[in-house]
Amino acid sequence: MEYLLIFISAIFVNNIVLSQFLGICPFLGVSQKIDTAIGMGAALAFVLTLSTIITWLLQTYVLNPMGLQYLQTLAFILVIAALVQMVEIILKKVSPSLYQALGIYLPLITTNCCVLGVAILVIQKDYNLLESVVYAFSTALGFALALIVFAGIREQLSLVKIPKGMRGMSIVLVTAGLLALSFMGFSGLEGGLRVLFGLN
Amino acid sequence: MRRKKGERKMCNGQERRNMSNLKIFLNGLIKENPTFVLFLGMCPTLATTTSAINGLSMGLCTMAVLVCTNFVISCIKDITPDQVHIPVFIVVIAAFVSILQMFMSAYAPEAINKALGIYIPLIVVNCIILGRAESFACKHTPVASIFDGLGIGLGFTLALTILGCIREFFGAGSLFGIHLLPDVTNIILFVLPPGAFLSLGYLVAVINRVRSRKG
Repeated sequence: MEYLLIFISAIFVNNIVLSQFLGICPFLGVSQKIDTAIGMGAALAFVLTLSTIITWLLQTYVLNPMGLQYLQTLAFILVIAALVQMVEIILKKVSPSLYQALGIYLPLITTNCCVLGVAILVIQKDYNLLESVVYAFSTALGFALALIVFAGIREQLSLVKIPKGMRGMSIVLVTAGLLALSFMGFSGLEGGLRVLFGLN
Repeated sequence: MRRKKGERKMCNGQERRNMSNLKIFLNGLIKENPTFVLFLGMCPTLATTTSAINGLSMGLCTMAVLVCTNFVISCIKDITPDQVHIPVFIVVIAAFVSILQMFMSAYAPEAINKALGIYIPLIVVNCIILGRAESFACKHTPVASIFDGLGIGLGFTLALTILGCIREFFGAGSLFGIHLLPDVTNIILFVLPPGAFLSLGYLVAVINRVRSRKG
């Protein structure tokens, strides 16, 4: 039940983009079309889950026992950058079709602050390995959900006439604000579920 | 093998040398303002501007890291091999961010450190810093790079402070923690996440309008 709670809370209540502001750049950058949004979401789900497992193991079995917590930022960003490169090379060899689909989005992920953010957040929240994996995967799902919904809105938005000063980034930000507002409707969900499952 | 692009870089340097340090500084502050013109570093911009003081401290932290990394990267630009320059830059940035992180937890007020929280280590992935390293610091002298860092950093700080002021004024009726309005006029939405998107969206619209009128 605890895992279900993490899952639902990470997707709807504490959505990574709309309430924690991580990964805004790809959210605003690659949301013109639904197809690209799906590709980006899938690539992120893959990398985020993998990188969280590796950084969690690194923190628990290398940094903590050796008292090197101050190297966390440095170690994590290097692991993530190397991992993205490696995933790219392996995918190219093992599954060219998947590489074709995700290829262009992979390099973009290194600079996606979601990945480093989630890696640090699971350490701060003191999650165990399984909880971390569930959290990372559901966070990526939440990101994909927000991105795809937003891409759908933006496809419609390209058909209407927008006042001159609002064109470009301005209208995109206002639209994102309205989407964030609608996601706030989920904010009571977590407390309700806790009562329902009998957790505190 | 190394520095085949050296010649082009030389020309670039000569051309830019005419540009005074003041001009580099103002360019970063206004013409290439990272937030309102280039839309870089959106995550901290939206996340840490719940109050003017938080926005200001986030801006200053980013500026400190940016000035240091710009200077160091500009100093080591001739000894970094081209193939690995991005990892080298990332290590330099991460090192300065770690220093900042320790500095903040030692000296900064508890409330600010808590409010900025995870966004301090996330300065590493702020596109402004790697962007300036790539587009400015690895082509210019260390002194020019410091001025570029100051200009861009101050432009970012200014943008964050303005946004923080707007959100704090409407959301909590105060500025820099000083109460100005009675509590009944607070629009709590402004300090909540959707308020960040909405305020920045309308602020950008106003700035677009002013710029188009000027041009």
